[in-house]
Amino acid sequence: MAVLLNRRTRVIVQGLTGKIGTFHAEDMKRYGTKVVGGVTPGKGGQMHHGIPVFNTVKGAVRETGADASIVFVPPPFAADAIMEAADAGLKLCVCITDGIPSQDMMRVKRYMRRFRYEDRMRLIGPNCAGVITPGQALMGIMPGSIYLPGRVGIVGRSGTLGYEAASQMKALGIGVSTSVGIGGDPINGSSFVDVLKLFEEDPDTDAVVMIGEIGGPQEAEAAEWARHHMRKPLIAYIAGLSAPKGKRMGHAGAIISAFGESAQEKVEILRDAGVTIVPTPADFGPTVAGVLERREKAA
Amino acid sequence: MDIHEYQAKELLSRYSVHIPRGGLAYSPEQATYRASEIGGDRWVVKAQIHSGARGKAGGVRICKSDSEVSEAAEYMLGRKLVTHQTGPRGKLVSRLYIEETVDIRQELYLGIVLDRKSERVMIVASASGGMEIEEIAEKQPDSIIRAIVDPGAGMQEFQAREIAFGLGLENSLIGKAADTLIGCYRVFRDFDAAMLEINPLVVTRDNNLIALDAKMSFDENALYRRPEISELRDKSQEDPRETFASDRGLSYVGLDGNIGCIINGAGLAMATMDMIKIAGGMPANFLDIGGGASPERVAKAFRAVLADDNVETILVNIFAGINRCDWVAEGVLKAIREVGVHVPLVVRLAGTNVEEGRRILADSGEKVIVAETLAEAAEKSVEAMRTFAERKH
Repeated sequence: MAVLLNRRTRVIVQGLTGKIGTFHAEDMKRYGTKVVGGVTPGKGGQMHHGIPVFNTVKGAVRETGADASIVFVPPPFAADAIMEAADAGLKLCVCITDGIPSQDMMRVKRYMRRFRYEDRMRLIGPNCAGVITPGQALMGIMPGSIYLPGRVGIVGRSGTLGYEAASQMKALGIGVSTSVGIGGDPINGSSFVDVLKLFEEDPDTDAVVMIGEIGGPQEAEAAEWARHHMRKPLIAYIAGLSAPKGKRMGHAGAIISAFGESAQEKVEILRDAGVTIVPTPADFGPTVAGVLERREKAA
Repeated sequence: MDIHEYQAKELLSRYSVHIPRGGLAYSPEQATYRASEIGGDRWVVKAQIHSGARGKAGGVRICKSDSEVSEAAEYMLGRKLVTHQTGPRGKLVSRLYIEETVDIRQELYLGIVLDRKSERVMIVASASGGMEIEEIAEKQPDSIIRAIVDPGAGMQEFQAREIAFGLGLENSLIGKAADTLIGCYRVFRDFDAAMLEINPLVVTRDNNLIALDAKMSFDENALYRRPEISELRDKSQEDPRETFASDRGLSYVGLDGNIGCIINGAGLAMATMDMIKIAGGMPANFLDIGGGASPERVAKAFRAVLADDNVETILVNIFAGINRCDWVAEGVLKAIREVGVHVPLVVRLAGTNVEEGRRILADSGEKVIVAETLAEAAEKSVEAMRTFAERKH
C-alpha cells in the first residue's frame, strides 16, 4: 500500500480556486487522486471545476470525510492554512508553497506539538514537489508520467532532481513505491528520518533512494538513524559538490554554514554509516539497479 | 539580506541595547564633522561594507585628531576592501561610520541564529569575544553557551540570567546583560532576522555593556512584511550579476567558472553544476529559473548568464514537468533570436514531450548542441567550452 498516500486517500485542496490550485487539482484528479473538496475562505458553497468549495477546513472535513490536504495558499497565508489543517484533525498535509518565512514555520511546528503524537498531523514540505504513489494517487506537482509503479521509495529535498532520479530508474525498468519531496526550506514538516521510518516499515518498499543537498543536519541525522535501524538498502545522493561555503543555492536551506553541511562531509558521513552513494547525478539508475541485483542474489 | 553595521546598531538601540555614540559620513569633511559632534579626542573610523574581518583589511582605524580622521576617510572611501568573506573582487566602501572609542575591560561574543536541529531560535554566547565564532569553537569550545528559545513564549528572564552568569559577569552587570540579551532576541524576532551577531559585546571600564560591532541578516521570505528592512538593502554590496538577476526575479549565484548554467529547480541546478565539475569544467553560475520555464523567463535567464563576460559556453538543462518540452524548446529558440548568443549552447531537455522538443531544436537551423542525458550534457558543454576558448585565444 506504499506510504502516506494511496488511491483511497480523500484529499482536499487548500487554495483550490487560485490559478495554481485549480491547475494542479485537475492534474491530480486526472492521475486518479480522490479530490473530494477545496477550501477558499469566502467562496464556500460554490462548485469549482466540479469540486465543492468550503469556507473552512473543518467544514470540508465534516462534509467530505477528507483525511488529507494539499496547500497551494500564497506564502503570507500558508502557515495559517497548515495550522487550520492540523486543527481540523487531518492526518496528512502536503504544503507546496515556496517562500514561507522561517518564523512562521517555527510557529507551525510549535502549534502542531499541542496534539498528542498519535493524533498529530504529518506535514510534508513546505516548498516541495509533493507525494506520489505511482499508479495510485498524486498529491503534488510532479509529472506522473515519469514514475513507474514499483518497489523503491524516493525521498528528496528537490523536485526536479527527484524527477531526474525517477526517470533514470524508469529507463532501466525500476519502479517507485512512493516518492516524497520534503522540501528545500530550513524548517520543514517531515525530515529525512521521518520518511525513512515509514519506508522501513512499508511492506511494499524494498529499497530507498535519498536525495539530499548541502546545508542543515538532516542528512547526517538520517545516516545515524539508518546505521542503527534500517535493514532495507539505502542509496543516497548529495547535491552541491561544487557549492562554495556561505552562498545560498536557491533553496532557503541550501547554504553551508557549519561543519558537516558540505556535500563532501555529508557523503563521508553517509558512506561511513554503510549507505550506498550515487557517485554522480547521472548514476541514479545504474546505482539503484546494482543494489537491487545484489539484494536479489543474496536472497 | 544583509545590512550595514550602523543600521543594525540603530535597530538594536531601539531595544535598549547600548551602542557607542556615532554618526554616518560619506566624505572626509563629513567624517571630521561627525568626530567634532561626538567630541572627545579619540575616534574610530569604520568602513561600512557587508563583511566581517574589516579590521585586517584596513577598514577600521583608530584616530587621534581631525586630520587623522580625514586621512582615514580619504583612504577608505571608494576603496574595495577584500576580506575572507568578500571574495577576491572585494566590496566597495561608500559609507563610513565614525564612533567614539570605548575603554574595554572584557570582550564577549553574542550570536543569535536559527538552529536547524531544534528548529528554533538559538542564542550563542561566549566569554571569549573578539575572535570569530569558528575560531572560538575550535580553541575554546567549552566557553560556548547555548540557549534555545521557545517560539511561543519568547525568551525568558531566567534564560538571559543563566547566560549572563555563565559568561562569568559580575553581579552588578547581570541585570544589564539580561536586558541586552532580551533586547537582541526581540530585535531578531520583530524584524524576522536570520542572523544577529555582536562581536564583540564589551564590558567597559565604567561597568557598562556595549555592542561594539553588530551584524544582521534577514529572512528574505519575510521582507514583504518588513518594508523598513527592505529599504536598508544596499545593492552596491552585492555581486552586480546577482543584482541584475534578482531584479528580474531569478535565483542566481555568481561563481568563478566559465560554463553558464540555466536550469529549472535548485537541486537539479546544483547536480548539473556538480556534473560539469566531474566532466572537468567549472560552472560560471547557479541559476534556477523555477517551475514554469516560460519563453520570457528563459530569455531573462540568457541575459543574466551572458552579463558575465567569463561565460564561454551555456548549458540549458530543463526537466519539464508541468510545462512541455516542445514549449520550452520554442522558448529557448525565441531567447536565442532575441538575446543573441555568441558562445556555444548545449541544451538538454527531459520530461513531457521530449522528442517533440528535441526535434524543434534540431530543425531550427540554430547552432544548438542537443544532449539527451545529464552526463552527455556536461561532457558536451566542457568540450564546446574548450574548443571555443582555443579559437578565441
